[in-house]
Amino acid sequence: MNTPQPVEAVVALRGVHKQFGAVRAIDGIDLALAPGECVGLVGHNGAGKSTLVNLINGTLKPSQGEIDSHVTRGGRGSAIRSVFQELSLCPNLSAAENLRIAHPTLKGLGWRRRAGAEIRTSLDQVFPGHGIDTDARVDTLSIAQRQMIEIAIGFAPRGGQARLVILDEPTSSLDAGIAEQLLAHVERFCAEGGTVVFISHMLGEIFRVASRIVVMQDGRVVAERESAGFDRDSLVDAMGHVAQHAPSGEQRRHAEGSAPAGAASETVIEDAAGLSARRGEIVGLAGLAGHGQAEALAKLYFAGTSGWRAPRKPRMAFVAGDRGRDGVLPLWSILRNLSLSVLPAGARRGAVDRRAEATLGREWQQRIGIRSDDLGNPITSLSGGNQQKVLFARALASSAPIVVMDDPMRGVDVGTKQEVYALIRAEADAGRTFLWYSTETEEVCQCDRVFVFRDGKISAELSGAEISEERILAASFEMQEN
Amino acid sequence: MQSLISRPWLWAWLAAIAVFALSIALSGAAQAGGLLYAALSFGAFAAIVGIGQMLVITLGPGNIDLSIPAVMTLAGTLALKAMDGAPGTALLGLGVALLVGLGAGAANFALIRLLRLPPIIATLAASLLYQSLAIWSNRGLRIKPPAALADFATGRTLGVPNVALIGVLLALVVWWLLERGLWGRWLLATGQNPRAARLAGVPVERVRASAYLSVALLAGLAGYLLASFSGGAALNMGQQYLLLSIAVVVIGGTSIAGGFSNVPGVWGAALFMFLVVSMLNAYGFDAGARMMLTGVIIIAIVVAANARRRRT
Repeated sequence: MNTPQPVEAVVALRGVHKQFGAVRAIDGIDLALAPGECVGLVGHNGAGKSTLVNLINGTLKPSQGEIDSHVTRGGRGSAIRSVFQELSLCPNLSAAENLRIAHPTLKGLGWRRRAGAEIRTSLDQVFPGHGIDTDARVDTLSIAQRQMIEIAIGFAPRGGQARLVILDEPTSSLDAGIAEQLLAHVERFCAEGGTVVFISHMLGEIFRVASRIVVMQDGRVVAERESAGFDRDSLVDAMGHVAQHAPSGEQRRHAEGSAPAGAASETVIEDAAGLSARRGEIVGLAGLAGHGQAEALAKLYFAGTSGWRAPRKPRMAFVAGDRGRDGVLPLWSILRNLSLSVLPAGARRGAVDRRAEATLGREWQQRIGIRSDDLGNPITSLSGGNQQKVLFARALASSAPIVVMDDPMRGVDVGTKQEVYALIRAEADAGRTFLWYSTETEEVCQCDRVFVFRDGKISAELSGAEISEERILAASFEMQEN
Repeated sequence: MQSLISRPWLWAWLAAIAVFALSIALSGAAQAGGLLYAALSFGAFAAIVGIGQMLVITLGPGNIDLSIPAVMTLAGTLALKAMDGAPGTALLGLGVALLVGLGAGAANFALIRLLRLPPIIATLAASLLYQSLAIWSNRGLRIKPPAALADFATGRTLGVPNVALIGVLLALVVWWLLERGLWGRWLLATGQNPRAARLAGVPVERVRASAYLSVALLAGLAGYLLASFSGGAALNMGQQYLLLSIAVVVIGGTSIAGGFSNVPGVWGAALFMFLVVSMLNAYGFDAGARMMLTGVIIIAIVVAANARRRRT
C-alpha cells in the first residue's frame, strides 16, 4: 500500500473548482497522485469524473484553485495520458498513424514504419497475442480493438515516458479475457513507478487494481480510502445509491417456480444463422468481443425494418452501444434525440405532436433519471452514461415488440444498471422481446437464453440453469483449444 | 438579444440590408422602391432553387444536386412547347414542368441509389442528358409563353412581385415541414448521421428520395416561372443558378456538413446575391471585376458567418 506523503506527487490538486456557466462540475477537490499508485475513481454518471480527468491532464483550466505537477502536463509531449470511454481515434487512419498524432517528434522518412513498431510494441506489452493489424484503417476494426489501440497509445513512450495514465472506462467494450490483460498491465506499470487513475463502473475491477479508491459525487470527493477499507456494499453506499442485487434471470425463475419466460409463446425471430427469440424472452448474445455479435444484431435489425417505411408501430427498436456511430444525433437537444423513434406514432397529418413529445420527455427523464435541468439542452452536454440513458428511453418509449440492444450499458453506472435491468425485466414480462449483446457476464446472466458467438457463428445455445460464466467462456474459446 | 445574434440567418439578411443601403447611397432614395422590386423578382428564382438545394445539402456530406440548371432549362423548354403560346394552357405547362422535375429527380435518385454513384457525379452526368434533351427539343425556336401567363409572371399583387409571393409561400411550406413536420425531423436526423437515424427507425431511403425529388420539382417550377417571366425559354437560362443555388444555401447559414437547414437565410442570401451584382453594376464595374468581387464577397460573408458561429 502506498502512503502518498513522503514521495513527491505526480500531480497535486488543491482546492480546485471548475464551473461551466452556472453548472459546478467540480466543487472543491484536493487530491494528490503519487508515483506507483493506482487510484480507482468511482461515482455516478455526471459526478464530475470526466471533468476531473480533463483538469488533471491539463485540457481544462480550473476556475479556482491550483494544480501542481513536476512532469510535463498538457500539450502533445505530455507525460500524463488519458484514455477516454468515448473512442477518440481518427477512423480513417491506421493505428500507427493515430499514434503519430499523439507523438509530435516522430518525423522524417520512415515515420510510418517507426510508428508501427512503437504501437506494436506497446500493444504486445499490454495485450499479448492481440492479433491487431496496425496498418489497417481503424474503422475496419471492432470497437474492442479500437479501444485496445487507444489504451496502447496511452501507454506508449511517444518520445518520452508515460508517468500518469488516466483510464476512463477502459474495459467497457472489452471482454473479460482482454480486460484481465489490461488489469495485469496496470499492476506492472504501477509496480515500475507509474501512476494510474482507473475509472470504472465495474467495481470488481476497481477492487482488483486500485490501491486507493476515491469516490465522487456532485463534483466533490465524498470518500477516499485505501481499497482494503471498502467492500462492495460500502463502496456503492458511498456513491450514494442503495445497492440492489437484482436477482438474476435464473434466481427469479426459481422464485416464481415457473418455466423460463415465454417457453410456450410463439417465436418472433428466427434467422438463418440460428438466432431465435420468443415473445417475452430476453435473449443474450455472448462470447468474446468482436466475434460477430454486433454484426448479427445489425443484420437482424436492418432485415427486420425498412429504409422506406416508418410504421406507427415499428417492429423493432435498437439501442446502440457505440453511441457516436449508431446512436446520438449530435446537433440535437436531449428531447429530440429521445423522441425520434416515437414520432411516427404520435404524428397527425405529418406534423409532430410537440406537446405529446414534451410530456414523453418529462416522463422518461423521471423514469430513467436523465441528469439535466432542461431537456432542451444539447445531447452533447450530457455525460456518456446519461446519453446512453437517452438512447434507452428512445427505444423503450416506442411500441416496438422487439428491442435489439448492442452492448447498451457502456459507461452506465451501477445504480442505473440495476434500474435498467429491472425495467427490461418488467417490459419482458409484459411481452416484449429483448436481444441483448453484452461484453459483461453479469448482464448475460440476466437473460433467459444465451447464444454464444465465436468467429461470427453461434457456437452454443444455453438456457436456464446452463447460463454461467464457465459455460459461456468454454463456448467462447473451444476453437482455440483444438 | 443573444439568441437573435446567434441566428445563422441573421448574417445573410444583414448583408443584404447593407448592400441595399450602399446601392441607395449611390443611386438615391428615389431608386429604392425599384431596386427592392427587382431584388424580390430576381431573388425569387434563386430562393426557389436554393430551398431545393438546401434540402439536398441537409442530407449530409456529398449530397448535392448539380442538375438544377439543366432541369430548369428542360422544364422551361418543354412547358413552353406544350403550351405553344395558346391561351388557357398555363396549367398544362405547369404540369409538364413539374413532370419534368419529377422525372429528373427520380432519374437522379435512381443513379445515386441503384448505381451507387456519388451524387455530385450522378447529377452532373444526368444534367448533360437533360441539357441535350432541351437542345434537341428546342432547336433554336423561341416560343413565347401565353400572354396571360407572361402577365402573371411579371405582374404584382399588392405591390409585391407574383414570383416573390410564390417563393415566399414555398419557403413557408418548407419551413413548416422542417420545423413542425415529421419529415423535417427525419431529414435533419438523416443529415446528422444516416446510420444512427436508420437505427432509430427513420426511413432514410425515403427521406433521401424525397429530397432529390423535391429539389428537381422546385427546379422544374423555377424553370417554368423563369421562362414565363423572361418571355421564352433559352438554352442558357439556368446557367447562373448552379453557383447561385449553392451560394444562397451556404451564405444562408445552412450547414454544409448536413443536419441543419435554414430557410429564412436562403431568402436573405438570394436578395443579397442579386443586390451585390446590381450594386457593382451601379458603381460601374465591368463584367470581369463584377464576378471577381462577387466571389470575394461570398467568401468574406461565409467566413464571417462561420467565425461567428464557432464563437457562439
